[in-house]
Amino acid sequence: CANGINAKYVSKKISKTRWRPVSSSSLQQPDIFATGSWDNEDNSISIWSIGENGVSSMDDEFEGDPQLLCEYKHNGDVLDLQFLDQDRIVTASSTGAVTIFRHHHNSQTLSVSKLWERAHHYPCNNAPCTGVVCNSPEIVTVGEDGRIMLFRADQEGVLRTIEKADSSAIHAVTFLRTTEILTVNSIGQLKLWDFRQPGNEPSQILSLTGDRVPLHCVDRHPNQQHIVATGGQDGMLCIWDVRQGNMPISLMEAHTSEMWEVHFHPSNPGHLFSCSEDGSLLHWETSSNTDTPSFLQGGRNTSIISRSAIAPAGGNQSLINAWLTGDSSKGHLETTHMLPSQMLSVNSLDVLGQCLVCGTDGEAIYVNRHVPI
Amino acid sequence: MEEVDVEPTTTPIPGFDSNQKHLGFVWGPGDILVYETIYKASGGSAGGCPFVHEVRKDEDIYSPILRKLFNESHHIFVGLQRIREDLPSKNKKPQFVSISKNYRSVIRACMEELQQVAVSTQDAAMATQYGNQVSILLAVELIWNLCEVLFIDAAPAGSLVLHLLDWVRLHKADVDEKAREVLASESPAEHQAYWDVVISYVLQGRMDEARQVLVKQAALQPAARVMFKLLDNLLMKMPIFNPGETQTLTEFDVKWRHWREEVDHCLQDQSFASNRHLEDICKILVGDEDVLLEYKELLSTWYHFLVTRLLFSHPTVKPTELHYYAQSSMHMFLDTRSVPEPLDSILLAAFEFDIHQVIKDCSIALNNWWFVGHLTDLLDHCKLLQSHNLHFGSNLREFLLLEYASGLFTHHSLWQLAVDYFDHCPEFGRVYLELQIERVPLDTERKALKVIRICEQRQMTEQVRSICKIMAKKALRNNRLGSALSWSIRAKDAAFATLISERFLQDYCAKGTFSDLDLIDNLGPAMLLSDRLTFLGKYREFHRLYGEKRFSDAAKLLLSLMTAKIAPHSFWMTLLTDALPLLEQKEVIFSADQTHELMFCLEELTSGKSVPTPDKPMQVLATVHTALRASLARVKQLFTLH
Repeated sequence: CANGINAKYVSKKISKTRWRPVSSSSLQQPDIFATGSWDNEDNSISIWSIGENGVSSMDDEFEGDPQLLCEYKHNGDVLDLQFLDQDRIVTASSTGAVTIFRHHHNSQTLSVSKLWERAHHYPCNNAPCTGVVCNSPEIVTVGEDGRIMLFRADQEGVLRTIEKADSSAIHAVTFLRTTEILTVNSIGQLKLWDFRQPGNEPSQILSLTGDRVPLHCVDRHPNQQHIVATGGQDGMLCIWDVRQGNMPISLMEAHTSEMWEVHFHPSNPGHLFSCSEDGSLLHWETSSNTDTPSFLQGGRNTSIISRSAIAPAGGNQSLINAWLTGDSSKGHLETTHMLPSQMLSVNSLDVLGQCLVCGTDGEAIYVNRHVPI
Repeated sequence: MEEVDVEPTTTPIPGFDSNQKHLGFVWGPGDILVYETIYKASGGSAGGCPFVHEVRKDEDIYSPILRKLFNESHHIFVGLQRIREDLPSKNKKPQFVSISKNYRSVIRACMEELQQVAVSTQDAAMATQYGNQVSILLAVELIWNLCEVLFIDAAPAGSLVLHLLDWVRLHKADVDEKAREVLASESPAEHQAYWDVVISYVLQGRMDEARQVLVKQAALQPAARVMFKLLDNLLMKMPIFNPGETQTLTEFDVKWRHWREEVDHCLQDQSFASNRHLEDICKILVGDEDVLLEYKELLSTWYHFLVTRLLFSHPTVKPTELHYYAQSSMHMFLDTRSVPEPLDSILLAAFEFDIHQVIKDCSIALNNWWFVGHLTDLLDHCKLLQSHNLHFGSNLREFLLLEYASGLFTHHSLWQLAVDYFDHCPEFGRVYLELQIERVPLDTERKALKVIRICEQRQMTEQVRSICKIMAKKALRNNRLGSALSWSIRAKDAAFATLISERFLQDYCAKGTFSDLDLIDNLGPAMLLSDRLTFLGKYREFHRLYGEKRFSDAAKLLLSLMTAKIAPHSFWMTLLTDALPLLEQKEVIFSADQTHELMFCLEELTSGKSVPTPDKPMQVLATVHTALRASLARVKQLFTLH
């Protein structure tokens, strides 16, 4: 097992993995995560525990397998999964349904708390719901039907529908501010939506001037609300400044096929993680000082050459600059492969504190508790 | 055609009476569809079973625990294929042994999990099923381990017996359990299983452990101290071949014979006559077969008997001599009346170094190609299989892997693993993959993307096109024009892109406005995929320019659409009508040349080269004609003024 990562085989292809949030005040590392499966006759969502930290064992790296706490049948593939809060999980299904599950800690069981069955649909069929994002109690979902739906966890009906938001499939969504979201679609466009505006028009559309490559994932910088990262079919990582016109700030070759998820580290945004159909999970690290490169720690390394480097207007923090210039020749950007080679697609990853969890089409989950950040 | 060695199993089909009707069937990739025909058996009555039954041979791929076996071994398989060919075989042997051990540890992990579930489950039927699976895996691991020792590691004389000892010890773990129980008891030496433990240790060649346990007895019988010391000494001095040392096999042999003579002396001297157990141990040490057979229960299998026999009678046995001892051991150990089980024949074939027989027997005995496929592949990498071409062209390894992978492909989820197996079957793998991959059901865009990626990486352009077309058609049916276009771009399918553009243009003609502006406005280079698409993009651009009041740019664009033959003739009427407001502007937009060109286009339209569309009557044409003339006149006026 390379890099201190053990595989846990779970007999289902994993489409999504998410850490349960830990309260920001406590310095605890996360210990519970949820997974969703896909492409199985019976799909399910499952809750896992990686046990107490600080339990001593012979080898710090292999601190025991994740243990299954509970599982619940899920209709359709789990196309997205988010924790609404400590007890509730929202899932997006390939049947077009949006479900809220409740995790009962005492009995270690799951139950369905709310179900919007045809949240996404075509006139005659179901349409897969491809993305969900929460800002409790609000839930925003997007789907292949090109709709954006807004729900509230405590209300039965739909709060708002943006019909015909997109003529192609919307693949992912993220909050920019509490009232603004950003979606990415299969013709390579980023669209900003402001919920304060009525109507069905986006407030802004951004896309690459070159080939319109479908985009699959998007994540916002934790501290800078205008910086987002996207990844798509060609495996390139793009960093955008949404205030600034129509061009990404930097483009970096990352993977050799679809990038499925990209995440900024929530508390150390100088670190970014991406995973792909090509079976790799990359850890991107920016550092302002170049004298002690971290790549000597192990794992395989690839220096990534950026395709363009446009200095942003304003913003003088060196970390932000490093992302936006994406220039590895100045020693600002290092990438590390975090998984052994020859794997099937890594569909999902999540990182919190020092812990990283990811799931693959090889029906395995990988947990790393000592991510070097 | 060879004879079938075992009786085929019968599976009754529920609701079907074979006396009444004939059964019809058709083969599938991993199963059979069975139905009742209209053909009556003689004397049968009408009325029948309306169902079609699916009969599956391989239940294993649907077992959640066994699935882990398939996933993990896939990872090992892929790693094995990527070992470089150009390294000499000598350097690769440790790698192959290590890979073999990996496979075995995966089997063991699976077995342990199955065992746990078998014990904890409440359902009796499930417990039996799990129990069966555990026994099969036990047997599989036993066979694999032996193959590793004999074929892959290919231990020479001297080490061979030691490896075989390890093999036996690994599969007879209950000795340690018994020993723990005995030693934990109040008075170990008086425990009823005490001597069983000691003798089992000796039979397995574990002299140190045997001595440790014997000490307990010695403590109880101070009077017999000398006797115990003597035996202890003999056990301690037993020579064990050490392949690392500089000692040659011959030197070891001499030493061993010397020791054996010493033990024999003790027997002749009746040194252990007063204690039957100690005497038995001594007899075992000289390899007395009759005594060994007395402890059949402790040995429990003929191959344990074989290895013990070799340890104490022929520790320098050569691999080529093994089969003789194996056969005789089996005959001596087993009841002459009992029929040898499949496992016994397989092990015997292994001892005879008949790899093909091992593979053949395993293929028949097991209902899943997993074991033979992976083992044969590994042996093939070790260059141990003769290139034994089968009738239909591929070799044994490829045949087995194809069978295994085809079985995987029928699984709703494990099909992804099968792709890698097909990749490493050079003769037929690609063809199999091409045929199978198109049948994977595509419920979501994401799944389709993964399938397409697999096809693209293998340059299966036909399959890519057909999958993209299916998805594009689905999208079109649901009126998702943007998605449909996205799929056409992926497939580089100009024809479909044209179709989509036509839809857009039809929509425009019907409604007077464009739908899905977010798509058309942002086509980018995808516009160049098809002429019609380019036209659509440019036409929209024309509208935009007009909206922004950039009239001369709009005019230029409009003209180029017609003169550069980008616009379809059917649309020219619309374009000329669009030119009207430009012509009627106060300022002159079109230059003289441009106006002439427009007139030329109008003439082309009216001359019969293309028929004017029925909804645009001749009157409109006339209006355009007039407007063009007026514009021309104004231009001329401008020139004359200057």
